[in-house]
Amino acid sequence: MHIPDGFLSTPVWAAFDAGAAPAVGILARRAQRDIEERSIPLMGVMGAFIFAAQMINFPVGPGTSGHLVGGTLLAIALGPSAAAIVMTAILAIQALVFQDGGILALGANVFNMAIVGVLAGYLPYRLLRNSAGIFLGGLASVLASAGFALAELSMSGIPFPPRILTVTLTFFFVGAILEGAITLAAVRAIGRLNPSWVRNTNQPAGRTLVVIGAAALILAVAGILVASTHPDGIEILAPAHSPAWLHAPLADYQAHGVESPYLRKAAAGVAGLILIYAACLAAGRSMRQRSARPAPCVSAGVNPDQHAPRSG
Amino acid sequence: MHHVVVERWSRGASPLHARDARAKLLVLLAFLIAVSTTRPQSQGAFPAYAALLAVAIIAARLPAAALVRRAMLVLPFSATFALITWLGGDPLRALALGEKSFLSGLAALLLIATTPLPDLLRGLESFAVPRPLILVIQFIYRYLFVISEQAQHMRLAARSRGASFRASAGALGVLFARSWERAEGIYRAMLARGFDGRFPAFGAARFRPSDAAFLLLSALAPVAIRIAL
Amino acid sequence: MKVIDVRGLRYRYPDGTLALDGVDFDLEAGECVALFGANGSGKTTFVLHLNGLLSGEGSIEICGMPLKRETLPHIRARVGLVFQDSEEQLFMPTVLEDVAFGPRNLGVPAPEALARAAKTLEQVGIPASHQKAPYHLSSGEKRRAAIAGVLAMRPEILVLDEPTTSLDPPGRRDLIRLLAALPQAKILVTHDVDFASSLAARAVFFERGRIAAQGAVEEIARRFNWRSQPVESRDRR
Ligand SMILES: Nc1ncnc2c1ncn2[C@@H]1O[C@H](COP(=O)(O)OP(=O)(O)O)[C@@H](O)[C@H]1O
Ligand SMILES: [Mg+2]
Repeated sequence: MHIPDGFLSTPVWAAFDAGAAPAVGILARRAQRDIEERSIPLMGVMGAFIFAAQMINFPVGPGTSGHLVGGTLLAIALGPSAAAIVMTAILAIQALVFQDGGILALGANVFNMAIVGVLAGYLPYRLLRNSAGIFLGGLASVLASAGFALAELSMSGIPFPPRILTVTLTFFFVGAILEGAITLAAVRAIGRLNPSWVRNTNQPAGRTLVVIGAAALILAVAGILVASTHPDGIEILAPAHSPAWLHAPLADYQAHGVESPYLRKAAAGVAGLILIYAACLAAGRSMRQRSARPAPCVSAGVNPDQHAPRSG
Repeated sequence: MHHVVVERWSRGASPLHARDARAKLLVLLAFLIAVSTTRPQSQGAFPAYAALLAVAIIAARLPAAALVRRAMLVLPFSATFALITWLGGDPLRALALGEKSFLSGLAALLLIATTPLPDLLRGLESFAVPRPLILVIQFIYRYLFVISEQAQHMRLAARSRGASFRASAGALGVLFARSWERAEGIYRAMLARGFDGRFPAFGAARFRPSDAAFLLLSALAPVAIRIAL
Repeated sequence: MKVIDVRGLRYRYPDGTLALDGVDFDLEAGECVALFGANGSGKTTFVLHLNGLLSGEGSIEICGMPLKRETLPHIRARVGLVFQDSEEQLFMPTVLEDVAFGPRNLGVPAPEALARAAKTLEQVGIPASHQKAPYHLSSGEKRRAAIAGVLAMRPEILVLDEPTTSLDPPGRRDLIRLLAALPQAKILVTHDVDFASSLAARAVFFERGRIAAQGAVEEIARRFNWRSQPVESRDRR
């Protein structure tokens, strides 16, 4: 879901542009350091692959089919930093060349799909390192991206009456399950051709990424929470069977339909998100500095061999 | 295919094509911000914005109908949300949603239709967009259609063997493998021509006084509309 | 003067395939040699060694310089490798920038590299392709652009891996004319005997990672029955 321009209110797009820009800068530097110089053509061609992969339909049931979104697959193949850069590049091309997604909304779209989507998709894979992890990665990736997009739209004052929200969330959930299944099937098919392509274990600073990934998930949850504290969003929790399900919240909305409370709420919400995000980045950074020291490498809850490069 | 058309447009000759990519980028930003911050109540501003775009399309000597048709691709998405908003009892905001997304999309299209992507990327680079990102965009765009063609063949092959989830996964795997091998071939070709890990730069175009004048005048217009109407 | 001198070259891929099993080869300045051999006989692996993209056992000297890590940049400037897949060789956004890529890596300043690229594109006969994206060239034009990308580095030796694949007859004819006019020493890896005989005098036949025989092109082709049609039925020009 690429948000076009004109949908997000000014504080929302401005905040996400301001947040995404330094994040992409940091990730670009990381990506360049983690995988050596051959990374640029590899990242570029794999980005083109993700673009093209959308043409391959996966039939599910009569008359319906899905296709790969790809954030998790990219993270598994290239590592999360490189995957985030590739997804950012894809989103930029979609916005600039295909008018799919807005220019001012690019920060929000990058945040949803390239940062949150990739990291949320990588985390379950990294922790479980099995089929379930891959499936959950695909699922989490789409859910987190969609949750964020929904939160941003909601913060921008687009009303989501409960019934529509229910339908939308169902839609997202089906899409998320599909992405999990497609990612898993694709990773298996690729692994049969050459296991080393999807068993990229010699990425350094794994713990940092786990931390950042966890932060991304927390953020996604926070985003959904912000959305649901919104006057319209809170209706999700209320029973949606009232015959006047459409009128009641909307009358309410009309009554206080002034822009400023929205703006205040949105600004507060976004400021909160950015704060959490900055805290996560800082935490990630300090973790990295600590793990750079020749210190004991086993920490609670993390399997030590996950950090040991399996291949030179 | 769509990109072929846009790319042909971008290589045209017109006063707008001749302007520096950085100037056009900044003008686009000014326009988008003006549109984005316009209140739904200021309905008079939207036709004025549209008039600005019309002038630009004429100055760029581009086929207006085709351009508008392309920009309308955003409408189904906008219409859905506009409908939700309208049912929500805010018809003015619903209308503004459609207007803003269409005008913004058309303006963005106008940029890429008058600026070849390599020039645009060089412009972005001088705005401190990280170089690895620029290079990845450049490579994706270069190989997008090569790999899409392969995907098309594979889709046909998968279909001829009877569509199934497994067959599609197999096709995806093969496409991945070919892409990976292609990336290695590219890297090898780069090394063979003396690549040492740093991409050579070719330097940006010169920002001329005419570009500055264009930037000033064209960026002021949407801002003036935003303030006045 | 020998521009290439290879002795006892052996190479095993990481997966265990022994692709080269003791190759001795030399090339004189200005000479043009054809490399024949079945698919998988090691031709591509061999030419990848010539500018250090692979390194096996044995010795390689280029223009009297032993191929080592320190000499690599010099050797890559002297040996121009044109790959089988031009799509992989033309990776820059425009043809002009692609051709200027090699000279830029050699340290030639941007304006000069671009001027040199323009001149080289003229030399290979596609002067109007400067601002085009490589994707929009025909396969014959792509091959020429790829050759230009190598020529712009002013190499002393040109190595072309299966240059006639995916070319139509006019494209192939133009390529012969272009290559015939270039003064460099050349190695042509090809299955196309007519193409080889119109440019090269000597042919080398690869078999399972070794050079099985060498001699005049026609003689080698006859000995290994290397034409796609029997000689009698062929329409000779
Ligand atoms: N990247 C590779 N990894 C492993 N084996 C390879 C690789 N490339 C080529 N080979 C093998 O090396 C041998 C020689 O291949 P190649 O040099 O490509 O032959 P030719 O160019 O004559 O067709 C073949 O058996 C081939 O399968
Ligand atoms: Mg070969």
